[in-house]
Amino acid sequence: MATSPFSVIRFRIIFGISWLIVIADFALLLKWFGLSWREAIIDSLVSNTILILACLLVMNTLRFYTPRRERYLNILVWCIVLTGIWLLLSRWILLLLLNDMEGYTSFMKFSVPVRGSIGFLLIGIMTMISVVWYNWEEQKENEGRKRDAEKLAKDAELFKLRQQLQPHFLFNSLNSINALIGTRPEEARKMIQQLSDFLRGTLKKEEQQWVSLKEELQYLQLYLDIEKVRFGNRLSAEIESDEKALELKLPALLLQPIVENAIKFGLYDTTGETRISIKVSSEENKLVIQVKNPFDPETSSPKQGTGFGLSSVQRRLYLLFARADLLNTEANENIFTTTVKIPQVSNA
Amino acid sequence: MKVIIIDDEPLARSIVKEYLQKHTALEIVQECNDGFEGVKAIQQHQPDLIFLDIQMPKINGFEMLELIEQPPAVIFTTAFDEYAIKAFDAHAVDYLLKPFNQERFDKAIQKLREQTNSEKANEELLETASQSPSQNHRIVVKTGSKIKIIPVQDVHYLEAADDYVKIFTQEGHFLKNKTMNHFEKVLDGAVFVRSHRSYIVNVQQITRIDPYEKENYVAILRSGAKVPISRAGYVKLRSILGL
Repeated sequence: MATSPFSVIRFRIIFGISWLIVIADFALLLKWFGLSWREAIIDSLVSNTILILACLLVMNTLRFYTPRRERYLNILVWCIVLTGIWLLLSRWILLLLLNDMEGYTSFMKFSVPVRGSIGFLLIGIMTMISVVWYNWEEQKENEGRKRDAEKLAKDAELFKLRQQLQPHFLFNSLNSINALIGTRPEEARKMIQQLSDFLRGTLKKEEQQWVSLKEELQYLQLYLDIEKVRFGNRLSAEIESDEKALELKLPALLLQPIVENAIKFGLYDTTGETRISIKVSSEENKLVIQVKNPFDPETSSPKQGTGFGLSSVQRRLYLLFARADLLNTEANENIFTTTVKIPQVSNA
Repeated sequence: MKVIIIDDEPLARSIVKEYLQKHTALEIVQECNDGFEGVKAIQQHQPDLIFLDIQMPKINGFEMLELIEQPPAVIFTTAFDEYAIKAFDAHAVDYLLKPFNQERFDKAIQKLREQTNSEKANEELLETASQSPSQNHRIVVKTGSKIKIIPVQDVHYLEAADDYVKIFTQEGHFLKNKTMNHFEKVLDGAVFVRSHRSYIVNVQQITRIDPYEKENYVAILRSGAKVPISRAGYVKLRSILGL
């Protein structure tokens, strides 16, 4: 429901002053028409107090009932009816109060059209102000709701995108641990630790959207260590980074899916050794991450090969920065390169 | 009984090996890293049973099975979720979801012993396997001792040839032991059109369509090849090309 304009203090003051002016002006006008000061002041007070009540009634009604555009005629009729009621009521009270005054009754009779016009104008103006106010309020509220809904949807989608942990990875890791328990229990224990730390990292990062590259690289190292146990000598990875880039920020859990994609692409598209290289640097207020993996150009067209996890990375970047040009892939001979640029947001 | 283990993860192979220790009747003749090695090893050793992972380098477990003329009994070992694997449930001897324990493993071996009429089961397994998702973007064929992976966009057209289908590409044609109906089903219908009872054509390769004899047409491909079009095929092609 819309808030009444009376909730704004400035409006209350303006409203009060305006009515004092109207009362004074009305009284002066009556004096000019030849009434005595007493008559003029009583008349003005009574007429205008009832008028204020009528206006307040209009404003309060409109607060609960905002007419559609095509119903404005109803409001006009309403104003006319209200003006009529106001006229009758104020005339009745005034004649009761001032019936001992000579000539007042005839003056009242004579002044009805003028009174009616003034009353109608004032009620009309107040109605217009109210309609504009409440429409504006409603619009503001709608916009706010829309913004909230959009934000909620965006947050939910980002959350889901961050959460896409591959169950494959988990089950295959558990299977490796299962194999290690029999033959090399020490290594099994170590891998359980790594897997736990990795999973805890995923949980912890749900809440914070931005993390430093240093933190993300530590997390990535856990992932790489687990994958190396799984794939043995077939997989090797090197991380290269400059000092300056380490302090830069990036959205949490963004780097790992990119590397995961590179590993899968490399491991499943070639039968030999898969060497993953990860290079991070800073460039014009941007964090630049480059991940390279080998692939077989004869059997996979790179366009198809990008499938797996990159579309979700692309979507996340779009939701966060509203830009579609931050993720790029390139196939060169038998090396596939994924490049991500992350703008540094100052208040992140 | 001879056994081959095919899995790209060394530890995944070692757990199968460990569980096999108590089954002394089963002898591991080879372990393989991928489907290529798998095909070779199966031809060489003619095993009675293979343990097969599904997600492997280059060609997956299903594609590998397609390349073997008379596949042995198969027990899948995979981290695929149960839902995805259900389709293969009836046809494989068994499937083991990673990680699995000795008890579950023993059950699979038990099932193998009870299994009769495995040939029919294998045929069905192959038919189901050929509907795996990778089928619609590449075709795996064997030429002599070599395995070739053909991305479907490189296929110009397919022609029926007795029990086989000839797959025509830039580099010549390859034979695959499948039916035209199979390819019509798995290939993307917006690109591959059955233009004739014996032909499926890649519409992206067509440069023009000429009339040919009465009420028949012929598609001229970029490579210069001519593919016959029947009346029904012409109607289909027209709707797909938006003519």
